[in-house]
Formats: sequence, structure tokens, C-alpha cells
Amino acid sequence: MSINPQELRYSKEHEWISAAEAGVATVGITSHAADALGDVVFVQLPEVGDSVTAGESCGELESTKSVSDLYSPVSGEVTEANEDVVSDPSLVNTAPFEGGWLFKVRITDEPADLLSADEYTAFISG
Amino acid sequence: MTTAPRRTALDAVHRALGATMTDFAGWDMPLRYGSERDEHNAVRRTAGLFDLSHMGEITVTGPQAGEALDFALVGHLSALAVGRARYTMICAADGGILDDLIVYRLGEAEFMIVANAANAQVVLDAVTDRAKGFDAEVRDDRDGYSLIAVQGPQSPAILKSLTDADLDGLKYYAGLPGTVAGVSALIARTGYTGEDGFELFVSPADAETLWQALTEAGAPHGLVPCGLSCRDTLRLEAGMPLYGHELTTALTPFDAGLGRVVKFDKPGDFVGREALERAAEQAAANPPRKLVGLVAQGRRIPRAGYQVTAEGGTVIGEVTSGAPSPTLGKPIAMAYVDAAYAAPGTPGVAVDIRGSHEPYEVVALPFYKRQR
Repeated sequence: MSINPQELRYSKEHEWISAAEAGVATVGITSHAADALGDVVFVQLPEVGDSVTAGESCGELESTKSVSDLYSPVSGEVTEANEDVVSDPSLVNTAPFEGGWLFKVRITDEPADLLSADEYTAFISG
Repeated sequence: MTTAPRRTALDAVHRALGATMTDFAGWDMPLRYGSERDEHNAVRRTAGLFDLSHMGEITVTGPQAGEALDFALVGHLSALAVGRARYTMICAADGGILDDLIVYRLGEAEFMIVANAANAQVVLDAVTDRAKGFDAEVRDDRDGYSLIAVQGPQSPAILKSLTDADLDGLKYYAGLPGTVAGVSALIARTGYTGEDGFELFVSPADAETLWQALTEAGAPHGLVPCGLSCRDTLRLEAGMPLYGHELTTALTPFDAGLGRVVKFDKPGDFVGREALERAAEQAAANPPRKLVGLVAQGRRIPRAGYQVTAEGGTVIGEVTSGAPSPTLGKPIAMAYVDAAYAAPGTPGVAVDIRGSHEPYEVVALPFYKRQR
């Protein structure tokens, strides 16, 4: 059984990315990653217009116990940041695949090794 | 060589509850069961149930047990009444803190020391060595007890439903033997959360019975299982020091603002006396750094080791513990800062959070004090 939505693709850094519409895709972290962090209390997102690079840090997620880098699963330009999650970081825990999305990106390049839902589920179970 | 972490008698219970486990001082302990913020709030508002079986118990018995502890520790334990407990410390000859402890006087000639898991062996070795000249026996009882804590405003009501012991007569920092849910226990009114609560020392064979009974009796009162993550934020809000953070061998009790635990007027010598007398004088005349509270104006969390800065970026201290405070709704920290910047409200104080100087307000400790 997988709680990772089939329509998304996944990075090994535990980000998800939606199918692009008109070249723009939505990025978030998986529920597996959110569970591992614990209660997220602070989110720093890239700003609209920022260039992000696949596999490189573009923000931060802080939980009670730790601070983690946010990695972009693809390269491109940020078109929107989720201000709701900035003001209420607990959305990352309660709705990681929905209201807890982090930013939208106009994709210029994506790595070949993004995982399908089944591959990601196997990856985190392994 | 690596050693597999030790498991408490409640290990299977934690796993059945779906706990996220963590290696803590060589023990595999529950970090949280669900949301650590919810667990924290339950202890402040209703009640929380903790497995603290990693704590290290050491029993000291004999006609001179009290005198041995007076020599080994900085407190005046021979003056402790039977049935009472005391927060104290054990120091090295140079005054450095080896551990902070709670000592319970179980009988005229019987004391129990409770040490931090990470320091239990050091404390056991030091107390054993220091007790040599006395008619007293030191016993390693780390495997003899499981420790279950019930903390929070509902904890007296929960415990009363499971015991005939006189809980109303049991004062803060007192302990009495009794029976809880049919299990023999040392019932102590102590804790590390800033709330009213109890710590129950029981045989490991009885731990699961007691845990399940407390879970059932506590359910109508809002009791939830709680992990070490919320224990840390609870004690931080209550301004309580944690060994390895606010207390280290490099600091004396006076450096930590806890000089009151050192009893110079007790009879006889004790390990560290000379060095501690000098430390007391220095702390009074010319304190190097002071332990203060910091409250964030922003939302980024200060972590242990982050530098505290003054206007212009001058480093004036270091964070020892930091976390988001569920009760205050803001990040908080404890930090040692130069005495000149230790006054509440000192302007221009910031914490260097990975290169960004975030403004922080200096406040007096604790951050939270319960209404009695």
C-alpha cells in the first residue's frame, strides 16, 4: 500500500513534483519526509523569480528537533511560493501533498532519475 | 566497537504505539508518538505519560550513607528528612559539574540517587570511590527499576484512581512507597516539565502492567503517551537545565546560576569544596557569563552552539538549548551571555542563525511558570 499519490513524481531527497501544466509544476515534500521531521515550525521558501537547480538547496524546513535543507527536484524559475505554508508551517505535516505544497516552478531542466510513486515507495521501504 | 542501544522494559509498548524512536545516551527511547507539539500541550493542559527508564538509579545504604553523600555530592543530604527528595549535583575536585541529580531519602540509612543516563556510570564510579572511607554501601540499581512519569495538571486525579497512597499529603520533592494498580512503586512527586506530576519507580517486570493501567485510567482525563522531544521543550520552557547543554564539566554550579545547591555550611569536607569556594567568590564579584532566556521576535529556531551577538555583530555568548515554544508560540532559547548583556531587555541582542542575525529579547528565566 502506498500513500504516495500515483500522479506525482519523487526525488530521493523526498520532494514530490506534479505533472507540469504549461511548463509549470508544483513542488512539496512527501509525507514520509514530514513524518521524519516531526512538527514543522518554520519554512523558508525560494522567492518568486529565483532560479533553482535540481538537487541544490533552495530553502529550509525547521522542526522542533532539526533544520533541513529544502532541495529542488528540478531546475527552473520559481513562479509562486505558498504563503499559506509560510504563515502556517503545520500544513506540511497535515497535508503534505495538498495544502502543504511549497512552491511552483517553470521547469527548464529535470534530472532523469525522478522516481514514480511505486519506485519511491520501494525506495523509502528499502 | 559499536554497541546496540539498550531497550527499556516498555520497548514493545512503544513500538505498538507507533513511536518514533531515537538513540539517547545509549538507549533506544521514544522521541514522539505523534505530534510533539500536541504531546507538549497535553502535559500543560491535561496529562502526559513518559517512559524514563533510561535514568540511572544508584542506591546508597548503611549507617554512614548520609555522611558519604555529604562528602561525595555538593548538597547536605544527611539533613534530608526521610521521604523527601533534593535536587543536587556531583562535582569534580576542580568544581566542574559531573552531573545534576535527584536524591531521595528512602530510609534513615537508605538513599537513592537518580543520575542522567549519559552520566550514570561516571556518577556510580565517583560515588563508589568517594564512599570508601565511610560505613556505607553503593549499589548499581540501574537494572533494578523502570521509571514511569505522569506529568500535568490531571496527574493527581489519574493516580488517585489507581492508589490508596496519600497523594494529597505527598509534597513536591517528596516520595513514599506505595502500591499503584497493584504494583509496588516508589511514588515521587517530582518531574522535569514545570507541571505537577509524579515519577513512579517500579520493577521492570511490572512496568508494562503499570503503563497500561495508567493509560486506561488516564484516557478520560486526556492523558497521552509523550516522548523525549516534548520533555525537552517542557523543561526548556520551565527554565530547567539539561546536562550536556546548560551544565558541563567546564562549568561550576555557580557559573550555571545554581550555586544555591552547594552547601558550604554542611559539616565535614566534600569533593570540590575549595574550588567551589573560589567559584562562589568569582561569581559574586565578577561573573564571566550568565545563563539567560532569549525569546525570538522572528520565527527561526536557535540551536545549541549558535552564537549570541550584540549590536555590530560582536559575539557575546552561545545558545545552549533552543526550540519552538508551544506555550509562547515563539522560538525560545537558553544561552550563556557576557554579564554586561544579561539584564532583561538588553537592546541589540541577536542570535546568529546560519549567518542571519535574528533579533532576540533577553528575559529572566523561566519562560513558563504554572499557576498554583
